[in-house]
Amino acid sequence: MELGLYLHYGPALVSGFAVTILCWIAGSLGGMVVGFAIASLQHWAGRPVRWLLQAYIEIIRGTPFMIQLFILYYGGPYVGVVLGPVEAGILSFVVYGSPYFSEIFRSGFESIPKGQIEAARCVGLGEGSIVRRIILPQMLVLITAPLTNFVIILSKETAILSVVTVPELLYQTQTMAAETFTYIEPYVALSLFYWLMVVATTWLGAKVEARVTRHLRRA
Amino acid sequence: MFISRDWKFGTVTFSFQTIFHNLPYLIGAARWTLLISGAGMAISIFLGIFVCAARISPGRGLRRAAALYISYFRGVPLLVQLLIFYYMLPSIGLNLPAIAAAILAVGMCSAAYTAEILRGALQAIPAGQTEAAHALGIAPFWLWARILVPQALRLGMPSLINELILLVKVSSLASVVGIGELTRVAQNITGETYRPLEIYISAAAIYFVINLVISVLGRIAERRLQVG
Repeated sequence: MELGLYLHYGPALVSGFAVTILCWIAGSLGGMVVGFAIASLQHWAGRPVRWLLQAYIEIIRGTPFMIQLFILYYGGPYVGVVLGPVEAGILSFVVYGSPYFSEIFRSGFESIPKGQIEAARCVGLGEGSIVRRIILPQMLVLITAPLTNFVIILSKETAILSVVTVPELLYQTQTMAAETFTYIEPYVALSLFYWLMVVATTWLGAKVEARVTRHLRRA
Repeated sequence: MFISRDWKFGTVTFSFQTIFHNLPYLIGAARWTLLISGAGMAISIFLGIFVCAARISPGRGLRRAAALYISYFRGVPLLVQLLIFYYMLPSIGLNLPAIAAAILAVGMCSAAYTAEILRGALQAIPAGQTEAAHALGIAPFWLWARILVPQALRLGMPSLINELILLVKVSSLASVVGIGELTRVAQNITGETYRPLEIYISAAAIYFVINLVISVLGRIAERRLQVG
């Protein structure tokens, strides 16, 4: 191990890590928001809209992420969508993640017995309160673990962004390896950074889970 | 015929003939993809149930072991796990053929995710059911086999289908240990024909069909197991 290398390449690695984090967090949050919207629309919208959304889910979920990224980044300019690498990275993450997230949210919605919602309407609760007070607390118990799973999977998929020259962690690591002809040092740093992300996500997931299962333990 | 000539889109040409010539090879290779992901799914669900049971068991040692299993298999990239199974196990005398290493790596990694999905689903089952089962004197094995697992599978079904679809797609990593599955064969054909666009689109279409079947089966299973 030649630690002196880190002095020279440290800033590049850290900036790569920052880009990775940016794409990952923006992509996960965007994917969750879009996914939640899809799941809600599937619940309440009419049949044609539901079919369209179903087709979207099957197509995006059924094809590899790298191919979607290629189509967006290299095919986009043909139809006038010119994106920088980072924007393309974030957008492709939102698109790729949203069907998985929407399926997770759908499982949450469907786990709530219809009788509870009917009962809530009978006693005069508004739709907003029904979602906030009855649906969400119960469905979060079910979906926190799968959400954590998928956010971890996304954190590892960020590596694929390096193939469209997004200057993220793997890209910087490969640059360092190619310029210095070293392999141990860059990849040790790489695995440390990824491990940090997974540990942070797991910790956050456990926190959120403890928060959303409060009412189960109190009983 | 539309397939007998090359189509031009801007500077890109698209040749249907390349696709038709190579489709049989790709479909032949898809059988390996199906084998790896099918066997991987079986391991994933079977082992996932046990890891999940250990993860929430009263025994502290079991719980720790399951937590360690989950954090290792979720935390280490699958590619690295696969290389460990294939290259490192022989050094301790366990010589696995490439296909077994691929199935084990994919299945055991996925089992960690399955275990977490099931754990979330189990928490959503009212505790009163378990208490009632205890009160009726139902043995723990039957409590799990007849009451908890069926409901957890139903509640977690959409997330499980997500996971199984991801599993089909990560089976492409088996190409790095020399298995001629779909992605590997697509790469080989591209190397011979220099037509990446056509070949990779065909490969993506085959993955899509496999995943569509899983997803439709999942929907049917969901309807069959309807509890609410």
